Amino acid sequence: MPAREEYWRRTRRLTLMLLVVWVLVTYVVSWFARDLNSVVVLGFPLGFYMAAQGSLFVYVAIVWYYCRAMNRLDGEFKVDGN
Amino acid sequence: MSFRMTRLHRYYGLYTAGFVLLVIALAVLEEHGMPARWIGYAFLFFTIAMYAFIGIMSRTSDVSEYYVAGRRIPAMFNGMATGADWMSAASFIGLAGTLYLSGYQGLAYVLGWTGGFVLVALLLAPYLRRFGEYTIPDFLGARYGGNTVRLVGVAAAILASFVYVVAQIYGVGVITSRFVSLQFEIGVFVGLAGILVCSFLGGMRAVTWTQVAQYVILIIAYITPVAILSYKVTGVPVPQLVYGQVLQEVTRLENKLFDLPQEVEARHLFQVRAEMYAEKIVRLPHSLNEERQVLAERINQLKASDAQMKDIVAVERQRRDLPHDVDQARIRWESLMFASAARASPPTHHAEAFPADSPDKRWQLQVNFLTLVFCLTIGTAALPHVLMRYYTTPTVKEARDSVFWSLCFILLLYVTAPAYAVFAKYEVFTHLAEIPIAKLPGWVAAWGKVGLITIEDINGDGILQLAELTLNPDVIVLATPEIAGMPYVISGLVAAGALAAALSTADGLLLTIAGSLSHDVYYRIMQPQASAQLRLVISKSVLLLTAVLAAMLAAQKPGTILSMVAWAFSIAASAFFPALVLGIFWKRANRQGAVAGMLVGLCLTLYYLVRVEFDSIPWLGIGGLQMEPWFGIQSTSAGVFGVVAGAATIVLVSLATSAPPLEIQQFVERIRSARPRR
Repeated sequence: MPAREEYWRRTRRLTLMLLVVWVLVTYVVSWFARDLNSVVVLGFPLGFYMAAQGSLFVYVAIVWYYCRAMNRLDGEFKVDGN
Repeated sequence: MSFRMTRLHRYYGLYTAGFVLLVIALAVLEEHGMPARWIGYAFLFFTIAMYAFIGIMSRTSDVSEYYVAGRRIPAMFNGMATGADWMSAASFIGLAGTLYLSGYQGLAYVLGWTGGFVLVALLLAPYLRRFGEYTIPDFLGARYGGNTVRLVGVAAAILASFVYVVAQIYGVGVITSRFVSLQFEIGVFVGLAGILVCSFLGGMRAVTWTQVAQYVILIIAYITPVAILSYKVTGVPVPQLVYGQVLQEVTRLENKLFDLPQEVEARHLFQVRAEMYAEKIVRLPHSLNEERQVLAERINQLKASDAQMKDIVAVERQRRDLPHDVDQARIRWESLMFASAARASPPTHHAEAFPADSPDKRWQLQVNFLTLVFCLTIGTAALPHVLMRYYTTPTVKEARDSVFWSLCFILLLYVTAPAYAVFAKYEVFTHLAEIPIAKLPGWVAAWGKVGLITIEDINGDGILQLAELTLNPDVIVLATPEIAGMPYVISGLVAAGALAAALSTADGLLLTIAGSLSHDVYYRIMQPQASAQLRLVISKSVLLLTAVLAAMLAAQKPGTILSMVAWAFSIAASAFFPALVLGIFWKRANRQGAVAGMLVGLCLTLYYLVRVEFDSIPWLGIGGLQMEPWFGIQSTSAGVFGVVAGAATIVLVSLATSAPPLEIQQFVERIRSARPRR
């Protein structure tokens, strides 16, 4: 497989994987917020905590991981991040 | 994401230190009797002078500098600039209040406005940067070919941005008139000057460096008051960490307060009043005539019994203040009815998700929460003034990193906003609820005077029930310094922060509008041979014109325009998101599909918005528009239909027509894979 296609295939797989995490954290967690609220973390009901802080930290982690993985991919395929 | 100390870091470090010193100096001066008004002036003058200084230092007459800051903005600074660009007057002043009023439901905004940046990072920013031109319609034009798709893009960009810019300038007017007691209209034009000193002289380059400076002020101003309040309440100055415990206390107080007999009674009295208005509206026009007659009779009685003149005058004024005709009566009584009904409705627990008394209604709330989050995330990832910022980094790698930094800087504010709401609620429950009205803290009366707090002792017991208190959402952030008993200098700081938030967003939006009109319409479509110099002249003229037009509109205090701001997300989402993302990830998408999809998405969203929100459009002579919302989804989430229909249209129409030409397919390959374009 040409390098270019392999690069794109792996970018796509990474993107898809992270998008699934994003959907879980944003939509699935919110849908079950009522049930999650019965658990208490740091004084917060969990459903409330996720929407106010928890999910936001997961977003940062997703973007951070994406940057790191893409930089590695760039290195592997010897491109200069351009 | 490496961190190197550069000259830029030193400059902005010094700048931040200088700003903190300014705040301290003003605090000391206030101790020595400097009047509050002068502190307001000092903040207004020093911050705008600073922005003007940066604007003049970065003035430019180079096209690339003007549109994309010469693509030399390092990732972290671009992140900060995006933060300021993104966080508007509404985020700064309004969000905490929305969270106060709607508890868990309001968190849809927190989730949506941060979650959208994940989509920006994964689906858009790196590819737009690799494409590396100037505007978002530029990308659409290059990817799909032809001027139609570019023009549709320009129209959508202006539609989403112009209303938004009017709201920012309006915000500047409100802030200056409230804190510096300038007249509202003068405040609007002071704001206009503050915006133009940057964007007019130096375009994107000046706006970027000013936005970095504005971010610093904005975030200091947002966090300081609530940190001090948190320290006073819990002993820990990190509100984001400790408000969980305060939330538990709030829940305990809610359980104690909500069902007190006097609370129930107050709510019942408001319910009775709402029903009275409802009955009056049904009986129009008779009810209005009756009311006139009753007052006329009373005046005659008073006159006959030779009562005091001032009593007669008072009743006559009542008669004069009656609605003049049936339409006016209906509008006025409806709003009174809704206000009373709102006060009569049983309060909800702050942390409770989807509070409802039947599974049906709960399902409705869940669906509306999720669709709103959907529209806000997709809209965030489609607003041109944000996406444009990722053209300004030196490389694709830095574009990716800069989304990470953007999200971090934005997060600081959005993680703090729910803490504001909870602390404010705690203060209200402990120091306002069930307290004799004569003994309420001073800030209640102070903000009552400007109409942001209303109190009505409906059951006449001289004690404040929760149902008798109405807070305007804006008051939460604006009054927190006083709630925590801080000196005026902190209020001035908050005003400076709010001003920074409004100005920075307005700058970004103006550049988007001017760029779309001058670059896409004039240069790309009308005059491709235009010289660089002429293009800049056109761009600056358009910018000036747009800014003045927006300021003139804002000076009219247009209520409907302000409520339309929430729509910008749905409009941008349905017009841009499917065309941009499919354009990158689906090679088969072609011009016909994109044009049809963008139009279908945009028109469906507008159709839904208008028909759910309005019953008639007087200046078009259309009436009887109102329709039942589909699946009970509110108009702010209209984009959910537009995005889905737009994406489906692009796919169907593209498949029904021929594949895009080879050079377009090569273009897609090029923006996907990591190979230098040049």
